[in-house]
Amino acid sequence: MRVALFVTCLVDFFRPTVGFAAIKLLEAAGCTVEVPRAQTCCGQPAYNSGARADAKAIALQVLDAFEGYDHVVAPSGSCAGMIRRHYPGLFTDDPGVLPRAHRLAERSWELVSFLVDICGMQAVAARWERRVTYHDGCSGLRELGVKDQPRQLLASVDGLSLRELPGAEVCCGFGGTFCIKYPDISDKMVSDKEADIAGTGAEAVLAGDLGCLLNIAGKLHRRGRRVEVRHVAEVLAGLTGDVPPIGGAR
Amino acid sequence: MSEARDQILARIRGSLKRGRVDAAREMELHDRVAAHRRNLVPARAAALDARSRIDLFISMAEEVQATTMRVGSLAAVPEAVAHYLAAENLPAELVLAPDPSLDEIPWSARPLLRIRRGRAEPGDAVSLTPCFAAIAETGTLMLISGAQTPTTLNFLPDTHIVVVRGDQVIAAYEDGWDRLREGGGMPRAINFITGPSRTGDIEQRIELGAHGPRRLHIILVDDRQGTGNAEDG
Amino acid sequence: MLATSRTFEANARAGLANDNLQRALALMRTGFPQRRSLAVERLPEFEALRDIGKSIKDHTLEHLDFYLELYEANVLASGGRVHWARTPDEARAAVLEICRSVDAKIVTKGKSMIAEEVGLNKYLEQNGITPVETDLGEYIIQLRHEPPSHLIAPAIHLMKEQVAETFRAEHRALDPRRSLAEARQLCDEARAVLRPRFLAADVGITGANFLVAETGSSIIVTNEGNGDLTQTLPRVHIVVASLEKLVPTLEDAVTLLRLLARSATGQEFSSYTTVSTGPRRPEDLDGPEQYHVVLLDNGRSALLGGEFQDMLRCIRCSACMNHCPVYAAVGGHAYGWVYSGPMGAVLTPSLIGVEEAGHLPNASTFCGQCEAVCPVKIPLPKLMRHWREREFAEKLNPPVYRAALGLWAWAARRPALYHALVELASRAVGWAGRDRGRFRAAPMAAGWTAARDMPAPEGRSFHSLWAKQRGGKIGR
Repeated sequence: MRVALFVTCLVDFFRPTVGFAAIKLLEAAGCTVEVPRAQTCCGQPAYNSGARADAKAIALQVLDAFEGYDHVVAPSGSCAGMIRRHYPGLFTDDPGVLPRAHRLAERSWELVSFLVDICGMQAVAARWERRVTYHDGCSGLRELGVKDQPRQLLASVDGLSLRELPGAEVCCGFGGTFCIKYPDISDKMVSDKEADIAGTGAEAVLAGDLGCLLNIAGKLHRRGRRVEVRHVAEVLAGLTGDVPPIGGAR
Repeated sequence: MSEARDQILARIRGSLKRGRVDAAREMELHDRVAAHRRNLVPARAAALDARSRIDLFISMAEEVQATTMRVGSLAAVPEAVAHYLAAENLPAELVLAPDPSLDEIPWSARPLLRIRRGRAEPGDAVSLTPCFAAIAETGTLMLISGAQTPTTLNFLPDTHIVVVRGDQVIAAYEDGWDRLREGGGMPRAINFITGPSRTGDIEQRIELGAHGPRRLHIILVDDRQGTGNAEDG
Repeated sequence: MLATSRTFEANARAGLANDNLQRALALMRTGFPQRRSLAVERLPEFEALRDIGKSIKDHTLEHLDFYLELYEANVLASGGRVHWARTPDEARAAVLEICRSVDAKIVTKGKSMIAEEVGLNKYLEQNGITPVETDLGEYIIQLRHEPPSHLIAPAIHLMKEQVAETFRAEHRALDPRRSLAEARQLCDEARAVLRPRFLAADVGITGANFLVAETGSSIIVTNEGNGDLTQTLPRVHIVVASLEKLVPTLEDAVTLLRLLARSATGQEFSSYTTVSTGPRRPEDLDGPEQYHVVLLDNGRSALLGGEFQDMLRCIRCSACMNHCPVYAAVGGHAYGWVYSGPMGAVLTPSLIGVEEAGHLPNASTFCGQCEAVCPVKIPLPKLMRHWREREFAEKLNPPVYRAALGLWAWAARRPALYHALVELASRAVGWAGRDRGRFRAAPMAAGWTAARDMPAPEGRSFHSLWAKQRGGKIGR
């Protein structure tokens, strides 16, 4: 299968390792992976700010860049959700583009659910001895049904034990522009999440969205908690030795 | 005021980008109402036979802190009532709905029970009423207002006792509507009562007896024979 | 009711700093979702009922004029009266006129958000009539001169010590040495204090959860029984309800009732669900002599046929706010008006204007939990986004924000430039954070770094590393 990687703007800027992890996993699953260069962002910040025209323009760029692949995969529930659930709605008044938007939407996936549901991946060949807990990013969970798949693959990681996070499905308070517009409320939400994580006694917390992870890591570190924060793709791809945890020193 | 009415209706039509509903559509809508079709009715109670329906009604009612008692006939009601009042340390005094269905109860068997018939007055501690139906799906009593079933009996006293006959136990609310429509027009009030009064308004802690009765006691008169009953519906 | 939605940010900060509120919200945050979840599990048909409930409401809204006329005819046929009110003024005036016609002094009230919306209590007081709230939560906040903070549990923001304090201050005739430490004692006291008020009332005012066109009936749903005492004991019963409460038939009503209690409190059915049709019949021994319905528009008709029509499906269950992490952080008063949480975020701007209430649809992460639990499948995040689109189009956002967004969007449409800038930035910021791996403070990110560290980037952008890996070859 010819797969295009949707890098996501946060992975691009903050943590390329996640992109490389995604490629490694996709290739292990038998895909050939390309990275269209003319991609920057899915447009969600503009879309959720009500800047519909900007969102459309960026979406059009994505449609152009990702034309013709079997599948498009993003290591992010939020970006994949944007393309899959919201792109068609951006072009309802544009009958020329709408079919293309539908085609792209149908072929776009969040990484871990793509590996499990489409590629049939059942296990990974990684080792990471940690007590781990997992946060379900909202878009991945509610827009795309990503829930069991990361847990399934994490269960196959040698040495890893997973304990469920109480309130795993409760929003961490990142919400893209929300954490900038309402930082006090965002802080309360991430404080609750941090307390839940600390309560599990886990050594590490994982998730499938970098936005959530930056937010959670930022709070854990400010509170002085020694909990490693990583993107689930890094762990599944066995790249944990290559890069310090999010917000961690080299 | 009719100016307000006209303008509101006009605004609705304007927003929906049409004039009055046309005659054909209006007839369809009237038919839809007249047909009052059931929507999806949960299978929970619908699939049960009469006996199991009664069991379900009792268990659902008890779940919401109604107390229940089964007796074999109306004749057993006075003793059941006297027993209940004594157990709850309540005075042996009650106000009864002046409903003919309660006339057959041999209250004279328990002469120490002081009975008044009528609506509830502020001093009344205990009331006893019949019901129109008992809905197994959620343990809900259906009571209707009428000349012989004043609704104050359901709300003013601290303790409300309801006599339910086995053949009044129905599966779902929809069965109640069917029975009600058989009888003619709508009563002033239909009370669906599911357990005693309660509130969770203070720190989410459920307390019984907020303004309505603190106690709801259901006496189920099941006078059918054990076997061979073709009772259904 | 006077709105303070404009100062949402300050309201929210006050909520975050309010210890009593935070303790109260902690109780609610797990309680409601757990109870709803159990109730839903117990009813296999629940999901199917959501779709049916949605279609009943949609059908009714599409034909609202027809159903209103049918409803009115049936109210009249059963001996009741209907008063149509376009605005809060007209609603208040209608209620006052009815009260005056029977020389009412005391009016008991069942919980009604419409009455809050039109500021009924204050208006009655100004006109020499004493309204007495009877729902325990509403009674408590009436004593405290506070607005409700939740759709169905108006005093949910209070801890029991605060309620006790209020009762001591207001029930001055009672023994000051009495214990009010337990919820049981507070309930008993409220019951005892309010019982004589129920009996003395000249008029009883309730809201309506549903209005049934088929029979001209109003339906109220309570657990306390206060609504029933309010509408049965006085000589006059007034129902205040907005247009969209209509449903076609009794069968439609029970379908929605199956969704309501489960979604609200996790109960199978509330303690009291009462269907009222007209005044007492000639042979009745009790019941009101007069039955009036005040039908309020106040902006509902304008929502029909537009992008916010779905909001009119709302059955006021409160599931959305019970599951909302923002509501759970700041409480209902932060929203500044009658309706809070996600449904308040959508409805409030349409009723009082987006200039006043613009913050509300913005204060959301779009986590989607509200939509997931809405019994009638209102797409709340989408409707909030519609408000954001309106605000953007009307340039109501802060200029700095618009400028930053515009700049970013401009760059995002120029991949080559964007990639170069991202590579530059990730090198610079990565280098600055190379030792600790994170920042305690960052320019232009004060909101974030006030209480959180900012993780440092790895130091190279993905695209630059990928290009390097591919030997500088540019892909598609």
